[in-house]
Amino acid sequence: MAAGFKTAEPLEYHRSFLKENCRPDGRELSEFRTTTLNIGSISTADGSALVKLGNTTVICGIKAELANPPVEGPGKGYIVPNVDLPPLCSSRFRPGPPGEQAQAASQFIADVIESSEVIQTEDLCIERGKLCWVLYCDLMCLDYDGNLLDACIVALLAALKNTQLPDVTISTETSAPEVNLEKRRGLHIHKHPVATSFCIFDDSVLIVDPTAEEESLATAQLAVVTDEEGRLCSLHKPGGTSLSGEKLQECISRATVRQREIQKLINKVLHSVKTDQ
Amino acid sequence: MAVMEARCSSSVMLREFACEQNFLSQPDGSASFVHGDTSVYAGVYGPAEVKVSKEIYDRATLEVLIQPKVGLPGVRERSQEQCVRETCEASLLLSLHPRSSLTLILQVLHDDGSLLSCLLNAACMSLMDAGLPMSCLFCGVTCAIDADGQIITDPTAAQEKESRALMTFAIDSKKHNVLMTSTKGSFSVNELQQCIAVSQKASEKLFQFYRDSVRRRYSKTL
Repeated sequence: MAAGFKTAEPLEYHRSFLKENCRPDGRELSEFRTTTLNIGSISTADGSALVKLGNTTVICGIKAELANPPVEGPGKGYIVPNVDLPPLCSSRFRPGPPGEQAQAASQFIADVIESSEVIQTEDLCIERGKLCWVLYCDLMCLDYDGNLLDACIVALLAALKNTQLPDVTISTETSAPEVNLEKRRGLHIHKHPVATSFCIFDDSVLIVDPTAEEESLATAQLAVVTDEEGRLCSLHKPGGTSLSGEKLQECISRATVRQREIQKLINKVLHSVKTDQ
Repeated sequence: MAVMEARCSSSVMLREFACEQNFLSQPDGSASFVHGDTSVYAGVYGPAEVKVSKEIYDRATLEVLIQPKVGLPGVRERSQEQCVRETCEASLLLSLHPRSSLTLILQVLHDDGSLLSCLLNAACMSLMDAGLPMSCLFCGVTCAIDADGQIITDPTAAQEKESRALMTFAIDSKKHNVLMTSTKGSFSVNELQQCIAVSQKASEKLFQFYRDSVRRRYSKTL
């Protein structure tokens, strides 16, 4: 009976739960799904992390390459994020060139990296005007069940904290770079941005960490990114129904709580990885 | 047809803006919108037949295409398209045209800052010109926070570059609520609230301009 109701009237089905201040999967309105984090999952990458948010799974691999610095910033390096939504992760994605959602997500990640200054591109410079690092951050979704942006930001942050770059020296005789793979050092992470996504149901009910089904039925979505100092790095609301000032304040306070939880989780996992070795 | 210019004084400073509606013959609705040196053309086609793969059974499919001044649309344009499309979807009454397509094409002529807000304004004016049913109007306002913490509305490209944070809001005409936000740079909660308040004030001027320009247009034809 319930299954039939869900298929025939999905919106009505969700409404009947929201009326009782809970959700079909048993969560409260401001409750996240269980977040699991695995750091260093890909041994061949310079840094990697796998994040699960309920069913949503995102893996991030970071590959560092040497390149010439950009002309407009000779003392800088590059960070190139890319989000991939392969057909494997959900039936809504088709093979072929990246769709709008994947491109919009890539742009969002790039904006968050730039706004939050999680890594300063100056740190990636090896020799001014000659040599710098390019960090390719590839984020791949393995299972899509909503809230892609939150999972991507956690995966990216954890992978960046896990990244170990080899030591590079430029030989004075040949002026060719020499890479010492034995000697590696971590990146300097300046800030810890964490995203928190919300959905608005029926123009009024606010829910956190939406599943794919909830996303498709919602009237608006928004993502709030905060760092450890409580500053906002991004407030991304692509459209949909409007949001009042009080609701926005509610979202921001929930996001600051979430930021602390995630930072604690990342530090705990990093610590356990270190003690294992 | 109706060309109008407005200069805003008092607390909220906006550059001179102008709009011309129905200046293209082929689209069902068209508008050009100018903010200072930033200029955008918009054209709307529809409601028309929709591709089967994009058909939605209970409402119209809205497609937004943003063409940059040079080169092909890239990832940045895709992200802007998403913002404009979802804002339009919130104000249009799409359920009145099920199984049909609406196409909104935005051509950037020149970008001198506040591009996203100019795109939103051009989109709204062209939708109005096409006579599509809407629940409310919307306008775009861009705010920049400079190094001293001052809020600049409708910044130029040079001001955008020097700013610490940049925010664009889409505001609806009914309750002056925020439909869309897109931000760059880091800022405090207080600064965000201030920027929203300033944008809501600026939106009143834009809505007044919308009203005046449409009134002028129709009083001429009568």
